[in-house]
Amino acid sequence: MMSDVFTAVLVLLSLALAFGALLGFAAERFKVEGDPVVEKIDALLPQTQCGQCGYPGCRPYAEAIGRGEAINKCPPGGEPTIAALADLLGREPEPLDGEAQDAPRVAYIREAECIGCTKCIQACPVDAILGAARQMHTVIAEECTGCDLCLEPCPVDCIELRPREPDAWHWPRPELIASDRHAPPSIAGAASK
Amino acid sequence: MSRRFDFPGGIHPPTRKARSTREPLREAPLPRRVVLPLTQHRGQPAEPCVAVGERVRTGQVIARPQGRVSAALHASISGIVSAIEPRPVPHPGGLSAPCLVIEGDGSDEWAPMAALAWRTTDTETLHRRLADSGLVGLGGAGFPSQLKARLGEHHAIDTLVINAAECEPYISADDMTLRRHAAEVLEGARLLAHLLGAERILVGIEDDKPEALAALNTAITAAQSPPTIELQVIETRYPSGGENQLIRRLLGRQVPSGGLPADVGVVCHNPGTLWAALAAVRDGRPQVSRVVTLTGEALARPGNVIARLGTPLAELLEDAGLDHERLARLVMGGPMMGQPLARLDLPLIKTANCLIAASAEELPPPPPPRPCIRCGDCETACPVALAPQRLLAFAQAEADDKARELALFDCIECGACDYVCPSHLPLVAQFRAAKDRLRHKDAEAKRAERARHRYECRQARLEREAAEKEARRQARRQAASRPAAQATPRGGAGGQEAVKSLRIAQAAAKAALRKAERALARASDADAATLADLETQRATAEEHLRAAEARLTAAQGDPQNSAEETP
Repeated sequence: MMSDVFTAVLVLLSLALAFGALLGFAAERFKVEGDPVVEKIDALLPQTQCGQCGYPGCRPYAEAIGRGEAINKCPPGGEPTIAALADLLGREPEPLDGEAQDAPRVAYIREAECIGCTKCIQACPVDAILGAARQMHTVIAEECTGCDLCLEPCPVDCIELRPREPDAWHWPRPELIASDRHAPPSIAGAASK
Repeated sequence: MSRRFDFPGGIHPPTRKARSTREPLREAPLPRRVVLPLTQHRGQPAEPCVAVGERVRTGQVIARPQGRVSAALHASISGIVSAIEPRPVPHPGGLSAPCLVIEGDGSDEWAPMAALAWRTTDTETLHRRLADSGLVGLGGAGFPSQLKARLGEHHAIDTLVINAAECEPYISADDMTLRRHAAEVLEGARLLAHLLGAERILVGIEDDKPEALAALNTAITAAQSPPTIELQVIETRYPSGGENQLIRRLLGRQVPSGGLPADVGVVCHNPGTLWAALAAVRDGRPQVSRVVTLTGEALARPGNVIARLGTPLAELLEDAGLDHERLARLVMGGPMMGQPLARLDLPLIKTANCLIAASAEELPPPPPPRPCIRCGDCETACPVALAPQRLLAFAQAEADDKARELALFDCIECGACDYVCPSHLPLVAQFRAAKDRLRHKDAEAKRAERARHRYECRQARLEREAAEKEARRQARRQAASRPAAQATPRGGAGGQEAVKSLRIAQAAAKAALRKAERALARASDADAATLADLETQRATAEEHLRAAEARLTAAQGDPQNSAEETP
């Protein structure tokens, strides 16, 4: 009788120890570096690295949001980014803090005026400016995020932002028929999801 | 073939092919001037390799492929290159694109490549010859053929399918090619099957082409050389000429969503492409011409012609007796999937298999669309078993992600849903616009991802520079106070702990670098942008490793090692 109780206790105890060891080992072995939520937030940000949110890049802002910072401080992302962040974090979407940017832009160096001071190269967060001391600099348009961080340091004001050239021709959207101009509720409901 | 192995849906539009099959295949007159767009294929535009004012001979390379997916371009007449500039091209948006213009001298002097006997030539030479000949799929998609010929390197291909279904109304280019050149087409198929390692060649042909069928039968029985060729006649139904639909019908295999026919061991080729491939190898003739169907009620002499690429469409149509009064719509390709052209001064391109000069009664403009009545006819007609009416609702509301979940990208844009819709809704146009929006969105996401990697790389570099600077300062300080340092070993237990954690960090950085290098090596045949991105990630890992090493040597306080780290 007593031996049965002992066996049960022993079995349960050894099971508990075994699983505890297994869990402890798994926690060490499959440890996730960094915060997975921050990764997800970072993936939603537009990666312009412009610092308009007050943080030195998208990653630091993502970390700040993870700590509870407001989600409406990203002008390049605009409303769609706020909506996506609100959806991810289960917060209320807030109106954008700052001016919304419409079209994507790229920096352009008026090369005749450039004196080759390398200040813009040091400011560029994505290494998209090419040049050397006392040589003309130029922007790799493909890599430029249009963050405007290079404008301020330029001593001769030879950098400007221009609208990015559209990448390709797009199929036009056919005209909606009269009854579809105001989308019926079922479709509108699906669209907002 | 039993119904079990059939694609769902499909429609039976009036074929109207008899008009263009009455006259035999003929040569179109040599044009005085040709305009050759640099993009007549999928992928990157070709890069011109001749200068303005240079004299070129027919068949000479005038533009080389650029990047992996691209095709070469050849002079289609002999003469002087008069311009390399943007010109109007056949494009759904009516845009201009860079073109090479050749003023002909009328002599048509050839510069052919060496003729090869493919059975005795090694495969690498043959592959190179296909790439040098600028061959693209002539059925309309324009995918570079040399890439398709190399599919055998990564996939186990057992069957080569000759897609002679030609299911779209009006078009008879493949039909007429087979009537005259069946033996050449089959020999071209043997050549490509040899390159692919395919043991079986299957011809899929619709039952409304009895003459082509007879020619194929004669050619198959006359041929002695292996492998043997099987002929399968299928009932006429649109779109059985769709690659995936034909494979389903002939072999009962289903190409996976988002996959290629090669994933189920099949490669499809158009008869015209096979004939061109044989001509490129056997005769050394690159792709400078193609068979094009000229048809429609506005033409007095409809038929099929072998025309030089770059010939102005107006010249071809005039030669076929164009009645300008009756011409209401000009369509390149078939009436189901073709694209309307707004002007006549456009050049003939590699992917133009048919020109329809239609009168107003023949292809009337669609009546104004009315609201969807949820009849479900589109679902019955869809050959991919999609739900077009739901896709349409999502595409109209720009809920593109929902449309993607409903397999929008499996839509082959065949137009069967448009054809059956009793409300005349422009379904395919909406799907195209939605696909375009999604592609654009994906490209932007990829761009953001690349910017993120570049930012990370820069952060890692700055960190590494700071760490190295710190290490140098540490070394200087130690060199200055060496006697004292030797007397009292610095750090103690806390220092040991720090060194240990730095060692771990260094090992982790090393592993990350190895992982990034492996990823780069695996993606060796990816496109340039992806490769550049992977290279950035590898560089980031390397910066991290060097920073970790610098910190470790500084912590270990070994002046020699620190000195080595200094660049």
